[in-house]
Amino acid sequence: MRTSTGTRLTLRTVALGYLFALLAVPIGLILWRTFGDGVGAFIDSIRTPAAISALNLSLLIVAIVVPLNVVFGVATALALVRGSFPGRGLLQAVVDLPFAVSPIVVGVSLILLWGTSGWFGGVENNFGIRVIFGLPGMVLATIFVTLPFVVREVEPVLHEIGTDQEQAAATLGASSAQTLWRITLPAIRWGLTYGVVLTIARALGEFGAVIMVSSGFPGVSQTLTLLVHSRYIDDHNTYGAYAAATLLMGLAVLTLLLMTVLDRKRSTT
Amino acid sequence: MTATLFRRADVPALPTPTDPSAPPTAGAPRARPGLGRPLGVGLVGLWLSLIVLLPLAALTVTSFDEGWSGFWDAVTAPVALASLRVTVGVSVVVALVNAVLGTLIAWVLVRDDFRGKRFVDALIDLPFALPTIVASIVLLSLYGPSSPLGIHLNATRPGLLVALAFVTLPFVVRSVQPVLIEADREVEEAAASLGASGWTTFRRIVLPTLAPAVISGTGLSFARAIGEYGSVVLIGGNIPRQTQVASQYIQQQIEIDRPVNAAAVSVALLAIAFATLFVLRLAASRSQRREEASA
Amino acid sequence: MITVTGARKSYGDFAALDDVSLDIPAGTLTALLGPSGSGKSTLLRSIAGLERLDAGTVVIGGRDLTHVAPQKRGIGFVFQHYAAFKHMTVRDNVAFGLSIRKRQKAEIARKVDDLLEIVGLDGFQHRYPAQLSGGQRQRMALARALAVDPEVLLLDEPFGALDAKVRADLRQWLRRLHDEVHVTTVLVTHDQEEALDVADRIAVLNKGRIEQVGDPVSLYERPANDFVMSFLGSVATLNGVLVRPHDIELEREAPVELVAPGHSVPARVRARVERIVRLGFEVRVDLGTDAGERFAVQMTRSQAADLDLRVGETVFARAARGQDPELVGAGAAI
Repeated sequence: MRTSTGTRLTLRTVALGYLFALLAVPIGLILWRTFGDGVGAFIDSIRTPAAISALNLSLLIVAIVVPLNVVFGVATALALVRGSFPGRGLLQAVVDLPFAVSPIVVGVSLILLWGTSGWFGGVENNFGIRVIFGLPGMVLATIFVTLPFVVREVEPVLHEIGTDQEQAAATLGASSAQTLWRITLPAIRWGLTYGVVLTIARALGEFGAVIMVSSGFPGVSQTLTLLVHSRYIDDHNTYGAYAAATLLMGLAVLTLLLMTVLDRKRSTT
Repeated sequence: MTATLFRRADVPALPTPTDPSAPPTAGAPRARPGLGRPLGVGLVGLWLSLIVLLPLAALTVTSFDEGWSGFWDAVTAPVALASLRVTVGVSVVVALVNAVLGTLIAWVLVRDDFRGKRFVDALIDLPFALPTIVASIVLLSLYGPSSPLGIHLNATRPGLLVALAFVTLPFVVRSVQPVLIEADREVEEAAASLGASGWTTFRRIVLPTLAPAVISGTGLSFARAIGEYGSVVLIGGNIPRQTQVASQYIQQQIEIDRPVNAAAVSVALLAIAFATLFVLRLAASRSQRREEASA
Repeated sequence: MITVTGARKSYGDFAALDDVSLDIPAGTLTALLGPSGSGKSTLLRSIAGLERLDAGTVVIGGRDLTHVAPQKRGIGFVFQHYAAFKHMTVRDNVAFGLSIRKRQKAEIARKVDDLLEIVGLDGFQHRYPAQLSGGQRQRMALARALAVDPEVLLLDEPFGALDAKVRADLRQWLRRLHDEVHVTTVLVTHDQEEALDVADRIAVLNKGRIEQVGDPVSLYERPANDFVMSFLGSVATLNGVLVRPHDIELEREAPVELVAPGHSVPARVRARVERIVRLGFEVRVDLGTDAGERFAVQMTRSQAADLDLRVGETVFARAARGQDPELVGAGAAI
């Protein structure tokens, strides 16, 4: 389509203007407010005991969620791609379900299942394992919202590599376990890594689902996102909220960079 | 056969050490019994049930704890209904804004050329990577009480709009972009050679090609917007009947220990999301069929 | 020796193998030839254990392997699309089977180097499959299959994804390799030229059944039926029966119509020369009958020079001696 220079410039101005007002200026402003008083103030603000414990809790949740998602995500993707069994369509739909569920609804559902008066309330009432308002609840919420990532990234790769390599390994004497370990997993490694990066980013950034099932005590059960919220709302510590948000933003940008690198890796190997 | 069968001198030399061959074409994968047996389908099913299905089942059952009328009363309670109305209304506007501006941004990123284009392109993904609560803080810093511009969108519907537009920005852009890249420019040139103006070509040639991608991106951003919480929690104000969205209403009902109300509105919200995605899937399969028929 | 007895395999309503029995003598190179969907690949994959038969048995070297996993069958399998392990170097690809068998490092290294030299990939040890051409990848796959000293080597359309020149070179090379190592080899192909070129024996498959088994010459000279005849080599239809294009004689003189006793069909067909094409040392003459039938005749250049045909003139065609179309036709009717 041939467009006149005038039209082209107008469209460009509108697009960039929108992005500028919506993305660039607010983010720039946050950075300016965070670092306006020097890097020292920022570092002090993210090194308070509450902030460090929030970072630790976020990382702990990531450390629990990622291995579970990897194991079950790869198993689910294998079942979806290689398996033919009744209910495969249903499985496919269930995997996509978390994308359609509001984080708040995730939280409510978990409370109604695991809360003291929920279906599985017995876990807490009889065994004293605190699920809701405890670490298990936050982990369950995070797994719920990150469930599709590994599956959805590994699935197309499994489709693409087909079964030839696995069959070749079988004819060369490799057992199923050897084939999985030495052929299938290396073949899907970049897709899997991509899925893991998405999982980490979402796990660190999840707010709605986690705030519903967390008791939210500073220094105990606050993740980084909850810290941002409570500093702004409860402590009226606007600067602290900006600083914590900047930290999370830094992690997000790191994720983006990793994703770009991985995308290139994936397309070349 | 044994290894000693291979004696170097015996073996024929190869015709050509390097030969220019066509790259391999991917073989059609077939389901093969015996191999690649699903690794414990049962285990996977159990896991998905525990993580996803059982919580949603508990939610649905609880929403009907007081019968169908209890469910209906909970959903149609004035404040609940108002929150659903606000949610859907604002989400529709956000989706439409995305449809227009997202397509426009995609067009500029594909067809225009300017310095820093790659940086702008990378910026588009930021709302997906950024935690929603950070989006809230970010927007608040510019449009909130301490706005350096003197724009106060805090606790207003435009504030909700901005927050939702922020988090849903990538949907339309990222679904339209690849289609525009793939689009056959010769078709546009043919239209131009037949005398069509730029606008006519866009309206009658480009837009129909982009339509499925625009619709799917718009639908996805709508589905995301109706469930959004983190980005609106700070800027939205949570004023019942004015700026309170459904997710905030649900959260409030849990806080005041009305689980049935929370569950009922949650189910209503889920139903809207599912209906949206269902319609999208129908539209996608229809346009795919049309494409296959014309191919 | 591979013996397949009463093999059956269906996918839904489609019978890929319909009671197939076949003996493959030790040390031969046998081609399974047939159009797509004839069951040839299914038969090969069943021998490998990659498909499970619905009924029938597979015996290799006296061992009944029908219910044995592919891992334990002592086979080497080469796939059409190479099935290269993309994340491994050429060396690791070839070494894979040996490392699964936990051979010593030094032994593996020696054997891999030997094999790579044999397949002409010496010096490519540290490359990845993506850095090889299609032909090189297939030779790597062959080395990988041979590394484990298989009892039988199974090749599933191994040259199908390669271009014509490379394909011809590689199959010559495969034949010479086989003459050296004598491992029992089964090759699946839909290319009759390939089968005639490399194989000691050919089994022609069609619709899940074996039509004929034999050496290339007897299959070509004495096809059991129309299908085998038309699948092996080109054919022309003369008076409704199949004849090889080079077994048709053309005559310019209108002969006296002689009808053999008991036959109502004239042995000669009147046809018009429509086109004369020179293909290297061969000449192909395209002809059309009054009834609208078209057929081609192949002859040498000197034969063509002797006849000195012109486009548009009328000639008389008949099957050459020893190739009476009536006899072939009778054979087809059985």
